[in-house]
Amino acid sequence: MSDRLFNWYRFASPQAFYPLAGRMIPWFWALAALFGIAGLYVGFLVAPTDAQQGEGYRIIFLHVPASWMSMFIYLVMAFWAGLGLAFNFRLSGMMAQALAPTGAMFAFLSLWTGALWGKPMWGTWWVWDARLTSELILLFLYVGFIALQSAIDDPRRADKAGAILALVGVVNIPIIYFSVKWWNTLHQGSSVNLAKSSMATVMLWGMLLCALACWMYSIAVALMRVRRIMLEREKDTLWVREELAREAS
Amino acid sequence: MKTRHKRLLLILAGLVILGAVAALVLNAFQSNLVFFFSPTQVAAGEAPKGKAFRIGGMVKEGSIRREADGVTLSFVVTDTEQDIAVRYQGILPDLFKEGKGAVAQGKIGDDGVFVASEVLAKHDENYMPPEAAQAVGEAHARALMKKAQETTVSP
Repeated sequence: MSDRLFNWYRFASPQAFYPLAGRMIPWFWALAALFGIAGLYVGFLVAPTDAQQGEGYRIIFLHVPASWMSMFIYLVMAFWAGLGLAFNFRLSGMMAQALAPTGAMFAFLSLWTGALWGKPMWGTWWVWDARLTSELILLFLYVGFIALQSAIDDPRRADKAGAILALVGVVNIPIIYFSVKWWNTLHQGSSVNLAKSSMATVMLWGMLLCALACWMYSIAVALMRVRRIMLEREKDTLWVREELAREAS
Repeated sequence: MKTRHKRLLLILAGLVILGAVAALVLNAFQSNLVFFFSPTQVAAGEAPKGKAFRIGGMVKEGSIRREADGVTLSFVVTDTEQDIAVRYQGILPDLFKEGKGAVAQGKIGDDGVFVASEVLAKHDENYMPPEAAQAVGEAHARALMKKAQETTVSP
């Protein structure tokens, strides 16, 4: 492997990934702030009012990015969990553990902003339609994953149990995404997908910028969290003791 | 084949089986997963009888009327093929308008009128500024006018 120009496998070891993550974190924070300011500026000051919903629609700039992230982070988490289950990489379990709280936060944010949006527009905070219910199940899956992992003391066994739960839960993601297509729901169909958008262009740009900000935020936070998890799990190794001694001095 | 490749295959096979099981289960529960029935489904007898259920569709243009008592509202929900008359007393969401989507929960009474206990608005996935919406509306009206002219000329 040493003849490769860049050896990816090197960063599969926590010892090598720890300093790399540390160097990347400030950049992702900066990008998150940049995209966040641009997205909110476009969303709240440039984008026009909506013909149907007036100013109230502007919660879309938080609601849709949060919903996208809640689903996407779950897929990434399940990918790492599955990788760990198959190949026993030390890093993959740590990544899955680091992503779960951020995913849970976005799932909660999606449900919460959805309720705040539903009351004035639909006339209700909550209905048990397929979209809302499957998103609530996603939040429960995240909470279940976190609870299961922290209930088991041995990190290797905790990773395995969590990975199986995470992989089983993957089936919920297409259900959330296609629920508005497969069944009658109160929630409207998707406004944006890879092929088309039924939003005015400025509104779409505001939403995409906010989504990018959420991406950058998620990466920054997950990297910060995975660094803490590395130190905790490998606290008996030499590199962690050296690292802590360096940070203390 | 290495053990870890076997494990990967096992995991992937497990996911495929799980997906198939989920698809079958969801298919079996199809009728329980819909949030509302369209007027056509109700006419075909697909809606539960003697139980509360939800209907959904467009509020028919020009159908909203307030009855003599001043609090009861009546309107027609349509999917352009079938109509259902609805009677309702209560609060309506701001987006409840003629020509827009609505979902009503209730029962069909003896007189065939759907007596709603709750009415929700269902908006579509289009977001555009009011000027654009007006332009779309005018273009739509022009298209209808043109179609009407063609049909009157042709016979």
